[in-house]
Amino acid sequence: MPVLCSGCKEKRAALKRPKTGHSLCKECFFWAFEEEVHRTIVAAKLFKPGETVGIAASGGKDSTVLAHVMKLLNERYSYGLELMLLSVDEGITGYRDDSLETVKRNQQQYELPLKIVSYEELYGWTMDAIVKQVGLKNNCTFCGVFRRQALDRGAIMLKVDKICTGHNADDVAETVLMNVLRGDIARLRRCTAISTVSEGEGVVPRCKPLKYAYEKEIVLYAYFKKLDYFSTECVYSPNAYRGHARTFLKDLESVRPSSIMDVIHSGENLSVRDGVKMPVQGTCNRCGYISSQALCKSCVLLEGLNRGLPKLGIGKHHRLHDKLLSQQPLTEREERKLKSVDF
Amino acid sequence: MCQVEEDYRDGLERVEVPSVSKKCVKCKEASAAVVIRAGDTYCRGCFKEYFIHKFRAMLGKNRIIFPGEKVLLAVSGGPSSCSMLSQVREGLSLNAHKKLRFSPGIIYIDEGGVVGQTVEERRRTVAELQAMFKATGFPFHTVALEQVMDLPSSVVAMAPSPSEQPASNYKEAVGHFLQSTSSSRSTPQDEEQTSLPEVPEAHTHFLQQLIGSAKTLTARQDLLNTLRQHLLVHTARTEGYGKVMLGDNCTRLAVKLLTSITLGRGAQLAQDTGFSDARYGDITLVRPMRDYSAKEIAYYNHMFSVASVFTPSLDTKTTDKASIQRLTESFVTKLQEDFPSTVSTIYRTSEKLQTTCRSSAKAEPSDKCLLCVCALDTAVENASAFQATLTSEQLSQTKYPGAAGTEIPRQNPESSAPSGQCCSSGGAEDCGRAERGGGGCCSSAKEPETTDLKSLLCYSCQLTLKDMSSVEHLPQYILSEAQRRQRRSQMREEISEFLLEDGEGGD
Ligand SMILES: [Zn+2]
Ligand SMILES: [Zn+2]
Ligand SMILES: [Zn+2]
Ligand SMILES: [Zn+2]
Ligand SMILES: [Zn+2]
Repeated sequence: MPVLCSGCKEKRAALKRPKTGHSLCKECFFWAFEEEVHRTIVAAKLFKPGETVGIAASGGKDSTVLAHVMKLLNERYSYGLELMLLSVDEGITGYRDDSLETVKRNQQQYELPLKIVSYEELYGWTMDAIVKQVGLKNNCTFCGVFRRQALDRGAIMLKVDKICTGHNADDVAETVLMNVLRGDIARLRRCTAISTVSEGEGVVPRCKPLKYAYEKEIVLYAYFKKLDYFSTECVYSPNAYRGHARTFLKDLESVRPSSIMDVIHSGENLSVRDGVKMPVQGTCNRCGYISSQALCKSCVLLEGLNRGLPKLGIGKHHRLHDKLLSQQPLTEREERKLKSVDF
Repeated sequence: MCQVEEDYRDGLERVEVPSVSKKCVKCKEASAAVVIRAGDTYCRGCFKEYFIHKFRAMLGKNRIIFPGEKVLLAVSGGPSSCSMLSQVREGLSLNAHKKLRFSPGIIYIDEGGVVGQTVEERRRTVAELQAMFKATGFPFHTVALEQVMDLPSSVVAMAPSPSEQPASNYKEAVGHFLQSTSSSRSTPQDEEQTSLPEVPEAHTHFLQQLIGSAKTLTARQDLLNTLRQHLLVHTARTEGYGKVMLGDNCTRLAVKLLTSITLGRGAQLAQDTGFSDARYGDITLVRPMRDYSAKEIAYYNHMFSVASVFTPSLDTKTTDKASIQRLTESFVTKLQEDFPSTVSTIYRTSEKLQTTCRSSAKAEPSDKCLLCVCALDTAVENASAFQATLTSEQLSQTKYPGAAGTEIPRQNPESSAPSGQCCSSGGAEDCGRAERGGGGCCSSAKEPETTDLKSLLCYSCQLTLKDMSSVEHLPQYILSEAQRRQRRSQMREEISEFLLEDGEGGD
């Protein structure tokens, strides 16, 4: 017996919403999904009319759906936003080439301007070249840190007021869990924020319009809308702890589907006891980017690459920052420690 | 996507080689009998001293328990609470300046009725525990969970604040101490009956119906926790105890913390896992075992013959995915095997947190959850997970406007009233109030019982309620308090235009 759509109560339902368990027809699902993103945008006051907004586009499902929905809502509700796609080319042969092709096709479909900033032009190093030097084990440190800054630098080049990213509810819940597991109070407090204000020179405010959208619904939306996306699961395995948190969240969701929202709700209602020390956010002495150390992570990594000491950015070597800043040479012993890399 | 904000362990620091010496790190004489953390090897004597000191230090640091105060020890029969009992005995027998100076009593809540134990099995467990309790010489109370059916509404209603309580006055507390010692030590206690008070079969049946009305094990466990706590607090109140000591150890609390997060109880985390929990006002729950790991306790109990009694729980013999609580526990246990610092890291998080909501001790009773008695965390705020969930529920039952030819309301992203909100008057706040009366939307059909209770519950207790097939099996004290609050809120609505300030009416 066909199930009727619980929205229009006329058409046959085509799917069961992972988030609420309701059976919906395609049209009612599209409408609910888009409307929810719209209400999030409105309720959180994410944008102001006239702003230029860069959509971080990786070619993956989250950013593809984000670009599609942003374009649609901007027209449907007259947000008055200037939208553009912002992509980072890490310089990974094969992997990035394909996803960038997807982004380029999206650009044509959505008629949005696209800016691609490459690691090579920003840092003088492609990820392939970095992998050659540091090995497969640690390269995620590099592309993660470099990627964050690359978006900011790209946004500044394009004179963008805000960046929106495709982080979804699963990503946020996963981050809450991970920060609990690591006891990272400062990040635990920050990670549920839907938007960040500019934290300093060279940092563009960011927001997550898909914060309350389930990953599974994003896939459903892309599937039924026949959106073209590239599976951008990072080719390198994620950090072990995050992997555990991810698996745990999936298991939670299978026991109680609302778990994803429940974890976010918990995160939104946590607060830190008075008197607990929070790291002071400063700026990098070299590039001005936010950093709690004298040198930001990206500058340390770069310094390591350029000096041929790849381990420099991987461990904690705050003691060496002063030396690096003043261009002093390292001792032989220090160099020896930082050179060897396990593959 | 690559992870930006990861911390990377320093692979360069040299791994410390554990010392091969088998001597105790403390006295450096006796040979080691137990390894607590890598490198920390203790001899039997030093381990005992360390263990006992930790208990006293925890109480000393927090200074919550007055000399002479009556303290109720909640003993479940498990290793942790039995160890707590032995620590209290140990502490009372210490020499003068180190001696614990409160007056303990014991409570055991027999949950056999909901975990499928036969009357005979329950009797055996109780007898075993009572023998243990008798040996302590402390007064003890054996309470069947069925008694929760007879609780008065005062359990979940306004509790007098601690400052108005005579027991928290130091001088009187000492006086009270003298009285209770003379009565409890010299005369035989009437509660020290050697068997469980008679439990009518109908009561057990009713309790089973109640637990059974929760369709998921997650909700069943949550409900049981709530009922158990109500019974603990009520017994403490009627027997004149001001504090209840719980046996939660560090491992247990780490699991509990993560469970609270996964159940949407983030707002209550500090109370659920901190040293003390004052949500009940005059009765404070304390957790003196929170610094011990389960492993330490197991060592101690084994070495010093502290007996414990196995009692089944709701999730005994279930799989990992049987409930959120069970899943979280097995997750933490497994992660602890791979990353030995997991438990202590999570546990330390609990010390840095507090609730964002108003301190629940100060909140009006109508602002507290009817079930868990924590401050309500369900104010419909803009852009919150709670609001987003309500929106999803509502939109999944609404026709998309294109189909009916309805015009889509144009909206500027700056305006704060979300379009198409359920109330025509618009505005999230109005909807929040309307929510109290009906379902997610004013126009949607009302199911008086379920939805009416819902507005009186916190986020997480609402999830539990959602998993229940009916609320009619809830004990009378909960239902009548719910009705009382609803009458109050109706009254408030009727006279709202004449009230000058919110919350002045009091309850
Ligand atoms: Zn439909
Ligand atoms: Zn990577
Ligand atoms: Zn820098
Ligand atoms: Zn020793
Ligand atoms: Zn509650």
